[in-house]
Amino acid sequence: MVATHTHDATGATEATSDAITNAERQAPSRTLPPAKKLRVATASLAGCFGCHMSLLDIDERLIDLIELVDFDRTPITDIKHLGDCDLGIIEGGVANAENVEVLRGFRRHCRILVALGACAVNGGIPAMRNGFALSECLEEAFIDGIGLYNRGIPNDPELPLLLSQVHPIHEIVKVDYCLPGCPPSGDAIWAFLTALLQGRPIALSDKQLHYD
Amino acid sequence: MHQVIPGAPATGLGPAAPSDRPDPAPARIAQVVERSLARLGRRPEQVLQHLIALQQAFSFVPEAGIRALTERLDVTRAQCLAAIDFYAFLHRTPRGQYNILLSDNITDRMLGSQRLMQLLCERLGVDPGVPRADGRVSVDVTSCTGMCDQAPALLVNGFAITRLDEDRMRHIAALVDTRVPLQHWPQDYFAVSNHVQRSGLLLRDLEVRDAGLSALFERGGDAVLAEIERSGLRGRGGAGFTTALKWRFCRETGQPQKVVVCNADEGEPGTFKDRVLLTAYADLVIEGMTLCAGIVGAREGFIYLRGEYRYLLEHLEAVLQRRRELGLLGKQIGASARTALRSGLSVGRGTDAGINAGIGPDMDVISGAAQTGDQTSNQTSNQTSAVRGRLDAVDGPFDFDIQIHLGAGAYICGEESALIESLEGKRGVTRKRPPFPVTAGYLNRPTLVNNVETFLAAARVAEHGGYWLRSEGTDLSAGSKILSVSGDCALPGVYEVPFGTSVRELLDLCGAQSVQAVQVSGAAGSTLSAEELDRVLAFEDLPTAGAFMVFGQQRDLLEMVRNFAGFFVHESCGFCTPCRVGGVLLRDLIEKVASGRASAHDLEEMRRIGDLMRRASHCGLGHTAPNHLLQTLEKFPWIYQTRLASAEYTPAFDLDAALAEARRLSGRDDPGAHLAS
Amino acid sequence: MAIVEGRFRLDGVEIPFQPGQTIMDAALAAAVYIPHLCHHPALLPHGSCRVCVVRVNGREVSSCTTPATAGLEVESETEALRALRVAILQMLFVEGNHVCPACERTGACELQAVAYHCGMLEPHFTHFFPRRELDASHPDLVLDLNRCILCERCVRASRDLDRKRVFAVAGRGLDSHLIVDSPTGRLGDSRLELTDQAAHICPVGAILLRQRAGDVGERHGFRVPIGERPYDRESISRVGDVATLVEES
Repeated sequence: MVATHTHDATGATEATSDAITNAERQAPSRTLPPAKKLRVATASLAGCFGCHMSLLDIDERLIDLIELVDFDRTPITDIKHLGDCDLGIIEGGVANAENVEVLRGFRRHCRILVALGACAVNGGIPAMRNGFALSECLEEAFIDGIGLYNRGIPNDPELPLLLSQVHPIHEIVKVDYCLPGCPPSGDAIWAFLTALLQGRPIALSDKQLHYD
Repeated sequence: MHQVIPGAPATGLGPAAPSDRPDPAPARIAQVVERSLARLGRRPEQVLQHLIALQQAFSFVPEAGIRALTERLDVTRAQCLAAIDFYAFLHRTPRGQYNILLSDNITDRMLGSQRLMQLLCERLGVDPGVPRADGRVSVDVTSCTGMCDQAPALLVNGFAITRLDEDRMRHIAALVDTRVPLQHWPQDYFAVSNHVQRSGLLLRDLEVRDAGLSALFERGGDAVLAEIERSGLRGRGGAGFTTALKWRFCRETGQPQKVVVCNADEGEPGTFKDRVLLTAYADLVIEGMTLCAGIVGAREGFIYLRGEYRYLLEHLEAVLQRRRELGLLGKQIGASARTALRSGLSVGRGTDAGINAGIGPDMDVISGAAQTGDQTSNQTSNQTSAVRGRLDAVDGPFDFDIQIHLGAGAYICGEESALIESLEGKRGVTRKRPPFPVTAGYLNRPTLVNNVETFLAAARVAEHGGYWLRSEGTDLSAGSKILSVSGDCALPGVYEVPFGTSVRELLDLCGAQSVQAVQVSGAAGSTLSAEELDRVLAFEDLPTAGAFMVFGQQRDLLEMVRNFAGFFVHESCGFCTPCRVGGVLLRDLIEKVASGRASAHDLEEMRRIGDLMRRASHCGLGHTAPNHLLQTLEKFPWIYQTRLASAEYTPAFDLDAALAEARRLSGRDDPGAHLAS
Repeated sequence: MAIVEGRFRLDGVEIPFQPGQTIMDAALAAAVYIPHLCHHPALLPHGSCRVCVVRVNGREVSSCTTPATAGLEVESETEALRALRVAILQMLFVEGNHVCPACERTGACELQAVAYHCGMLEPHFTHFFPRRELDASHPDLVLDLNRCILCERCVRASRDLDRKRVFAVAGRGLDSHLIVDSPTGRLGDSRLELTDQAAHICPVGAILLRQRAGDVGERHGFRVPIGERPYDRESISRVGDVATLVEES
């Protein structure tokens, strides 16, 4: 049995108040100047690129987006060097030294930094390794695992070292906005981006706000 | 001169026999359980006392002991484990045969307790918190043990050793290594001074024994309650609820089986005056409880004695026993008093066992490992009995007796509803209100809980009348307050001063100079800056349960903040989210500041979390836990500002340290294996 | 303003109440939602999660434990209280390991749904990432303490409704943790049965029903598609709590 507590108010008015609530919470702490085309960079740290896939899921609205922004460094453009940007979008948590450097670069170069998706927001699935010691993880992966050759923990200086735990990005740098979801839906990303780019309050509907 | 508490135990102190560890013989466990059951009965609410008995016998609570209890009482194994894991002095695995706990209040630290602990651990080859491999010894810290006037202090198997220094630590290490039983440790190690530096209204002119009770017998409950009402006496535990009002609620409630409880769980860091009152003025305290029982109509009483004061247990039992023999406790209390009078016996005011034993309030007592002496026969001749005259005016003889329940290391149990939960054998989690304890407390019976000092004051008001108390103090705070003064001052100890005394006056009395800050009413109280020394100790300005800790100019106040924040993390009961989680977040942010990694953003976070705890916590512990932080942020901002790494934002953790494990595992130390902070 | 006997005002709306009801009881009876987690109508009021905090006479109280009294002015849906609730929810999220995408209860989790309702977009605080036990010893149920929020619903249900005392909270402070009453401490050796109320009253994914072939129903894991789960489309303020009592069969 599902207990229901029906509010006197209609669903519509509740949804409105919900939206206002979100709007107030996300009242822009840094606003963007309108009219000019804005420069946007994105990166995926310890994530699965699912949030970037979801960004592509805005489908034909990508055309509209291109009217509003120029892309700097992103996995989509394959630009490797990060220039000064208006908006930086980070997917994924922080698992290793390279993630830290990339994230700090984004914070330095982007006026507004957004945590996109569960991993950036709270560490997500990769942070499930935090229930184990790093030694347990590495030993399982490189020493005790089945079918391994050249057993041993890699020590190549080219490889980024792992942090003892995976962290959400706000534990390393200041984050201006968070959009949760695993991934956030294309609709949520679109609603979020257009509001942000047009300087409107950000409002997510009940359907758009989810953590999974 | 050192004197001895009558009845301080000479046995049961020493380390348990080696054969008891790690697996005590089942027969021995059964024996301890049976003895405890025989003493306390099989009511489920006694389970905590049984667990304490097992802990004391074996240095932990063996599984077989838990099993035996679940078979005999209506308690589950989970309930036992829940309690064991809650109380700091109960353990599921053996502690050392010598279990040493250093008091970890800021006043101990200011006198070098951390260095002394390190010395002791080095000497003994033991890590803090971990029993030595041979099971001989364990060393750890514990929350303030109420010895701040003679700090640094420790507890060894529950008994206090004060005035620690390097010599004492080295000697203690040697005593442990050579397995000297506690009974044979130097007696003066266990000396606990009363340090009554100033007696006021309540503690002077104690010529007449049980005068308050005799007033009850002569004038009746209504008249005495009216005097207490007239006096304006307010609870001395800090909250300041009007005592007469509480007593009247309890007197007038229709329910039977009322209970009177003396809150002797003096856990607020920096407070120790109840220790002294229970040592030197126990009779007065118990007289006040008896008076209360007579007025409200209670037959059952408890003294909830904090585990840290376990060394006072035998002394208090002896006082209770003597009062029973004198007809001042037990059956037909008014009638017995008459009998006592007729037979020419002194009815034992014994302002205290101490005075009976020839101990003045400012003399010393030995906390443990003591020989006993027959103190009760040593009646002093200059005291006269007050129980005389018109005994027929008494409401009628009444039955009342008191048992002592031990705490087991939980600050929260000083809160009255948590204390009641603990009396019922449970974890000390504060109850929701209403109902208030005075309507539904211990086992849902009307329960009147007062502080040690409140009962003492009530007894004296009954003796002298309401106007007597009002001769001192302020309009809203009648009478005097007994304070525990410690920290940077020449004369730490107990001071009884009129309410309305300014902080500056008390600082002068105790010989404090170049004061930077004063912490009034313990870790949960108020942090005063040097600009506020004209504020007064009274409910209307600075309400206090009694702690008064002085910090000189040479002190780093962030050390105080770190100490208090750690204390509240350790002592949060964990029931409600804001205190359980918020306290840890605050502690971690404070440590971040101390390590030089914090930003201005973190200070703002601390304010926000502190505000949330104040507003949304379930009980007073959570409401007051951030006080020290919020007040020092406001009054001493430089202790934080000067340590900030950034004006804006810094990582939550030390980035380079977070790579240390990976460096170790990979054997790398190249530049790429490091991160700048 | 006239005080109406047996009524108080919640955000300006008159709410009738019966003697003995709390603010929460009366509000829910009047179909006005106050966010809550530890509260459950079948259980004694508890007041531990503090999510139901409301403002009465200038101070914050838990609405689930505060008796309703005539003429009371209660604030609930203010921005200040919403912010307070969000911060409390954030504390619960960082205290445990709440990996929503990997939890079978997602979409039907009251913690998640209350957080949606309050507009929580991120956990804000530094995560504790505690190491906690997972107990899969029971044939019908799994106990995953990573998700336990210490609401003690199962403790109260087992003690007061099932009369078994299977669960208890042990320890204190941040070390507070749910324990199981059995000789081994494992759930499989306890007296907990699938038919117990305690097995179904968890608001989060700490006590989960095991999935077995042929099982149906929305409480069973990932079987319900995303988009059709209880809290996918509507707020918990309209859907209500999904953890409810087992119906008498």
